[in-house]
Amino acid sequence: MRKVCSLHANYTISSSLPPLNYFKLLKRIATCLFGTVLTLGAASSPDISAQDNTGGGHDRRDDHRGIAGSHEQTNYTYTKKAFPVLSLDYHHIQVPFEISLWVLLASLMKLGFHLIPRLSGIVPESCLLIVVGLLVGGLIKLAGEEVPPVLDSNLFFLCLLPPIILDAGYFLPIRPFMENIGTILMFAVVGTLWNAFFVGGLLYAVCQIEGTYLSQVELLPCLLFGSIISAVDPVAVLAVFEEIHINELLHILVFGESLLNDAVTVVLYHLFEEYSGAGEVTPMDVVLGVICFLIVSLGGIAVGAIYGILAAFTSRFTSHTRVIEPLFVFVYSYMAYLSAEMFHLSGIMALIACGAVMRPYVEANISHKSHTTVKYFLKMWSSVSETLIFIFLGVATVAGPHAWNWTFVSVTVILCLVSRVIGVVGLTFIINKFRIVKLTTKDQFIVAYGGLRGAIAFSLGYLLNKDHFPMRTMFLTAIITEIFFTVFVQGMTIKPLVDLLAVKKKQEAKRSINEEIHTQFLDHLLTGIEDICGHYGHHHWKDKLNRFNKKYIKKCLIAGERYKEPQLIAFYHKMEFKQAIELVESGGGVKLPSAMPSQVSMQNIQPKKLPPAVAERALPQFTKGREEEIRKILRSNLQKTRQRLRSYNRHTLVADPFEDGWNDFLLKKQRMIELEKKMSNYLTVPAAPPDSPTMCRARLASDPNAFYNIKASSEGVPTIQVDLASPQSPDSVNMLNEFSKRGAKDQGLGQREVATRDEDQGLMMKPSSAGKEEKGEEEGGNKNPGLMRCLSDPGPSNEDEEDEPFLP
Amino acid sequence: MGALQSLSDEPEYRELAEKTGFSFEQIGILHKRFKQLSHNEDMLRRADLDTIPDLACNPIRTQIIEAFFDKRNFHQNGDGTVEEISFEEFLVVMSHFRPPALNMTEEQREKVRREKLRFLFNMHDTDNDGTITLEEYRHVVEELLSRSGALGKETAKGIADAAMLEVASISMGHMEPDEFYEGITFEHFLKILKDIEIETKMNIRFLNMDTTTLCK
Repeated sequence: MRKVCSLHANYTISSSLPPLNYFKLLKRIATCLFGTVLTLGAASSPDISAQDNTGGGHDRRDDHRGIAGSHEQTNYTYTKKAFPVLSLDYHHIQVPFEISLWVLLASLMKLGFHLIPRLSGIVPESCLLIVVGLLVGGLIKLAGEEVPPVLDSNLFFLCLLPPIILDAGYFLPIRPFMENIGTILMFAVVGTLWNAFFVGGLLYAVCQIEGTYLSQVELLPCLLFGSIISAVDPVAVLAVFEEIHINELLHILVFGESLLNDAVTVVLYHLFEEYSGAGEVTPMDVVLGVICFLIVSLGGIAVGAIYGILAAFTSRFTSHTRVIEPLFVFVYSYMAYLSAEMFHLSGIMALIACGAVMRPYVEANISHKSHTTVKYFLKMWSSVSETLIFIFLGVATVAGPHAWNWTFVSVTVILCLVSRVIGVVGLTFIINKFRIVKLTTKDQFIVAYGGLRGAIAFSLGYLLNKDHFPMRTMFLTAIITEIFFTVFVQGMTIKPLVDLLAVKKKQEAKRSINEEIHTQFLDHLLTGIEDICGHYGHHHWKDKLNRFNKKYIKKCLIAGERYKEPQLIAFYHKMEFKQAIELVESGGGVKLPSAMPSQVSMQNIQPKKLPPAVAERALPQFTKGREEEIRKILRSNLQKTRQRLRSYNRHTLVADPFEDGWNDFLLKKQRMIELEKKMSNYLTVPAAPPDSPTMCRARLASDPNAFYNIKASSEGVPTIQVDLASPQSPDSVNMLNEFSKRGAKDQGLGQREVATRDEDQGLMMKPSSAGKEEKGEEEGGNKNPGLMRCLSDPGPSNEDEEDEPFLP
Repeated sequence: MGALQSLSDEPEYRELAEKTGFSFEQIGILHKRFKQLSHNEDMLRRADLDTIPDLACNPIRTQIIEAFFDKRNFHQNGDGTVEEISFEEFLVVMSHFRPPALNMTEEQREKVRREKLRFLFNMHDTDNDGTITLEEYRHVVEELLSRSGALGKETAKGIADAAMLEVASISMGHMEPDEFYEGITFEHFLKILKDIEIETKMNIRFLNMDTTTLCK
């Protein structure tokens, strides 16, 4: 970048070319902002952060135009060469190209590991990736090139770490986290402090021993080193624990600790870094340090919470622009991280707080697709980040520089282990006095053994200033050795040890509705008992918080009528939705989904009030004629093939009637009661009949031959209609017309309600109007074609009947 | 705290401690609370529990109060309900919420789990016929959702039905179309809830109760 800057200084780009002026301005701004961050510009390394690419790209483009322009200006007499038909210009795209190459390498490695079945069972992925990094670094070195300093601290902290932490924070299981928060905080704060001082202090003592040639290492740098190396690393913990499927309690303990110790690490690091220049730390500094800790942690959480609430509030209004909903989640979280880092607060805690705070509200507001998008993007980014981090660790190891000192390194490794074990055992002894469910020895062992170090320690070491810390290279070597030891030795052996010790594993069972009902029931029961005892325990406060949340916060942050939906109902809807999708994916219901292997149906649990002969046909109340009509219409639908969307608009997703309708679908049951009474036969429950997949599955279970009958009649069930091949475009048009009508028809009931009511009528009352719909009337189209479109890909179209535009 | 000095002398406390497993301090504190609730009488009535203001916003308030007066929870093999309870019975009901001891064998843990789940079962099985019928289960879910107005009613039925279906399918496997699933027996109840590890969840901390913070 410095080279480019100097080039620009030499050009006199005349002002008669206005576009170049603009570029010049842009160049200046870009170089001012990013010049400090970029290290090697035109040369080799891909360590320029992603943000700078655009700046860099611009600059290079400007560069060229600048060069071209000035050439034209100053050199009119250049000889005419042959027009270059094909030219190679690597420098132009070098930086993004190299970044993409690294990412591609990382992803291919990840792919490769899973293709070798036994390897991934024995060796955790993180180890393999480090080895790959070592190989790549070795290759680069063999090729004679200088190994690029890829694990640059800025790159790491600003680009590679946030996705992983956001993924962890957004999907943090809040309940177990909050239940164990005391334990987690104890381990994170007190445990890390203990580790830092124990390791740092003893290292200093060892350094003072004669004969180790280490006497120039003073106390404060030792303590600094101790604080860097004592923090359990979330990336490494995630990578290893993910594969061992340990039970939820232990997972959340170690993982929560690794997240929350960031604040301690930040404070200790800055404290010792500041004062190792001065050489001593006064008690005043210690007090300031404590205050700093409180500010760093609470400030970080506050920043995160503010951005989280902002994100939740923004998501309330995104019902018209569903495509960019995921973007809000990502951008607000990233800004929370950056804002916290700006003030030297704990960025990790900010990110966790942001994700955890915004999640319940955002999920209630955003569309199902956006939710899936958020989930998959987060998983994708965090996965790639993690892979890259481990590979870069390997490369950085090869890159060096190293200063190996047997004493220092071995003492570090041993001390880390010892201090971790002592810390965990000691703390558990104290903690168990306050816990209801005590931690057993096995648990303690896993917690101690699972304290892995990772790339954060390395990056913090890398950040150290060479001048202030002459023994920086020795520190880095020791850090890398420690990381290797924990990741390789502990990472590889933890799985067999878990099996050997028969530690409880994660329950793989799906959460059933009974469990959910009873969890809620238990919450209320315990709160009630606490009230009877007169004891303001944490159930009481939790209940109070929930009520406050429901009463005030949800109203502000959740759009529409959704905020009133209690958790149990939301869970139930989610479950039904999931089962509906399963039903669809299993081929439309002929083959029963595996969730219900048994053949128990609704009628088995209903008290027998009607004669059992009803099992024969699904809906005997339909007259023959009506059934025939319905069947004819559906058959004609089956003959039409799917149609591709006519005109594709980048800015609007296909309107998502499935989930908009679905969610309110169930809310409208009251209005459909009379209709349903006619439609349902043996089901005495008026609420649920043809709608919920449980009922439909039940019907299927009772009579698989009645499949087509059921399809004919249960138009209300979105899932079963998949076999009706095409979402006809007139219906689709109707769908969208209807949705565009919505805006106009806002009667203050909420748009979804209007649409659904139309849909209801279309569904229930006028199946024969399906014929009319072909003429493109806005009759309140059949919901189901829209659903099918959402649920399945529209294939290429063979027919050209409808030439109406998709989007009117 | 002065009142606690004489506690270990009282022989009745010793008996109660043996019976319920509480420590003397816990019994003392609970006794104080009992006296406070019953206005220093010996017997506690439903009306006394109704007056606790914090309970007012609890959706399953009635069931909780009923549980205290349910003879099945007194470990005396009786059934039916009573109108008023003594301190001993109060304590026995409370003992269902004691946390399990640290070092328990698998059988002891199983026993504790059964006991706690039995308590829950009794709360649901209001007519005391040994099974939770669909109606009773519906009632449970309705109460849970009783705060959500009309919306809750209909969905509650759907939820209860789905839950019942789940229990039936897990417990019974395959059923003929004309068989009828009577209701959830205690064994089925145990089966479906065995995964939530109730012995770790259904607990209250009984110490650290400062009498000054006791609500009226």
